[in-house]
Amino acid sequence: MRSRTTLHAWLMLAPAMVLLIAFTHYPAVATFWDSLFSTPRATRPARFVGAENYRALAEDPVFWQALTNNLIYAGATIPLSIVLALMMALWVNGKIAGRTALRMAYFTPTVLPMIAVANLWLFFYTPDYGLIDRITAALFGWGPTNWIGARETALWAMIAVAVWKEAGFFMIFYLAALQAIPPSLHEAAAVEGASRARIFFRVTLPLLGPTTLFILVNAVINGFRLVDHIIVMTRGGPDNATQLLLTYIYEVGFRFWDTATASALTMVLLAILALGAALQFLLLEKRTHYR
Amino acid sequence: MTTTRRGLMAAGSVLLAAPALAQSQQVRELTFYYPIAIGGPVPRIIDGYCEAFQRESGIRVNPVYAGTYGETLTKAVTAIRGGTGPHFSVLLAAELHSLRDMDILTQIEEIDAGAETRAWLAGFFPAFMANSLAEGKTWSVPFQRSTSVYFYNKEQFREAGLDPEAPPRTWAELVEAGRRLTRREGAVRWGVQLATNAGTAQWTFGALCNQVGHVLMNAAGTEVFFNHPRAIEAAEFWRALAFTHRITPPGVTEWATLPTNFMNGTAAMIWSTTGNLTNIRENARFAFGVAGLPGKEGPRTVVGGGNLYIFKNANPAERAAALRFARFVTSAEMAADWCIRTGYLAVRPDAWETEALRRYTAEFPAALVAKEQLPVATGELSTFENQRVYKALNDNLQALLTGAKTAQQAMADAQAEADRVLRPFRRA
Repeated sequence: MRSRTTLHAWLMLAPAMVLLIAFTHYPAVATFWDSLFSTPRATRPARFVGAENYRALAEDPVFWQALTNNLIYAGATIPLSIVLALMMALWVNGKIAGRTALRMAYFTPTVLPMIAVANLWLFFYTPDYGLIDRITAALFGWGPTNWIGARETALWAMIAVAVWKEAGFFMIFYLAALQAIPPSLHEAAAVEGASRARIFFRVTLPLLGPTTLFILVNAVINGFRLVDHIIVMTRGGPDNATQLLLTYIYEVGFRFWDTATASALTMVLLAILALGAALQFLLLEKRTHYR
Repeated sequence: MTTTRRGLMAAGSVLLAAPALAQSQQVRELTFYYPIAIGGPVPRIIDGYCEAFQRESGIRVNPVYAGTYGETLTKAVTAIRGGTGPHFSVLLAAELHSLRDMDILTQIEEIDAGAETRAWLAGFFPAFMANSLAEGKTWSVPFQRSTSVYFYNKEQFREAGLDPEAPPRTWAELVEAGRRLTRREGAVRWGVQLATNAGTAQWTFGALCNQVGHVLMNAAGTEVFFNHPRAIEAAEFWRALAFTHRITPPGVTEWATLPTNFMNGTAAMIWSTTGNLTNIRENARFAFGVAGLPGKEGPRTVVGGGNLYIFKNANPAERAAALRFARFVTSAEMAADWCIRTGYLAVRPDAWETEALRRYTAEFPAALVAKEQLPVATGELSTFENQRVYKALNDNLQALLTGAKTAQQAMADAQAEADRVLRPFRRA
């Protein structure tokens, strides 16, 4: 009887487990294993090199630049897109004219494929006759600016696209959460004479906690994952100014076919993401109020 | 997968019975990848060639557009490693050494070493064949080949008080003309624009180096000469165009935006491929001229473009069929047609003797400029680990043109990185 229950349990677990092992755990372990070997070439088979690939990474200036860029990129896109999403959700949650149209407009960037978005923004950023240069010329009389072709502005131009793309998506979650908050709580707070700011910080924001945690996890993942527009717009240039970990993995892995270094890079990215997820769940979960 | 297996069996049985020619009749379908680096309706032209080939041979060829040269290379190699690669592909001619190192190419002589094939191979311009030959064997077939030329806006020349029939031939003249053409107030106009993006900067730089009489690599593709004083001089000149003379925009200029900028009138001169000729001819709303790139003393340029590579993963019958397709699209008539419809150089001298191309060049002499540049053209940068060496050079050229590094520093850094990448190949 007992063994039969165990068998049932295993059978029920099997579909999910097979998928998890085949597409998550096995690739991770295999990547780690590959990162300990040299890249096989036509004339030189792979051989065990231990931590050699990691040591080479530590000496690679492009890797450090990609890492720094990625931290800036994630550090900017995560708070910006979340705050923007919350502001938009609060705005379209109120009773205003054309609410549906406004909600739709905010959500549109999410529906568009990133490649299309990137091509669109390529035109926005074009020096001289691009949309942004036209606006800055009309408003401030600026000359042409090479937004994605200059080291100082390129990464921030990429961050702007990512925020534009992501905020609408996060807004939908905030909007749903806002509508689930019972109006009686706000009414009670209003009867007590609380100011609007106080209601927001003491009532609304805490109740949005679980949603914020969910969005934060997603935003962190996207901070390292959302690179399609960079591949289309700058390919990591100029001079690696927009190189992120994932674009560098792609370049090393598929342009140079240096699979060993690419594996080592992947392990670094995996470690960062695992650490990030662990921190979020450990630290934030305790402070999040679930109903 | 099934087609490959079926093809293999067919090839196997035929191999016992009949020689090369009979084999190709067993092949029903071929797939090839091609990149697009120019404007204009290239897919329609390629589709047309494939249909014409099918009418003639009964073999269906599926052309797959795969992006830029770099993207096509990535896709083709990835697909081949995954076991479902194309039978042949148009890739950058300069990838010769890298592709050989990957051991995925088949030699033309291995497919067919007959006298007829040899005669056909001997009929290409030697300047283009240079990128196909290694170790005495032919590894690719010249197809969409070009030289870098410059397009200039005759109306803007006139407006700036320059003679539209005497475009610059030297660096000094280029700077002088650029200064007069550049307009910083109102609608901005740059005197000259050169591509500096990751896939193209090395090509432009190859031309600039040739303009001071410097070649960037050895013939074996195992050594580069980036920190040579003449390479530094070329880099310094490029930097000065942006920062001293201020006739070209600093920062990165994308290859694909050059024709648009030219046709919009925001660039008075652009350095681009002759492959863009037909596109510009059809879309420019002003009189324009084509001229060989200026050099320090006189015109000098670089050849570029793509060749047809046939891959090892194709079975013998498919290889023979792919070679037949290559012969079809590089025949005199087809090469002439390709030249007229895109601007790419007809790769064989006999194509220039065809009635169609003669009539075309008679009414549109600009089409001859690129061909006339061949004697003063050098080969495109081509080494082992080509993409890595390109990155080493392009990153530093971008640093140079964004003002982050001096010419000396950029070239020294590029040399150091390229040396590191090429070290294993020099030992062998």
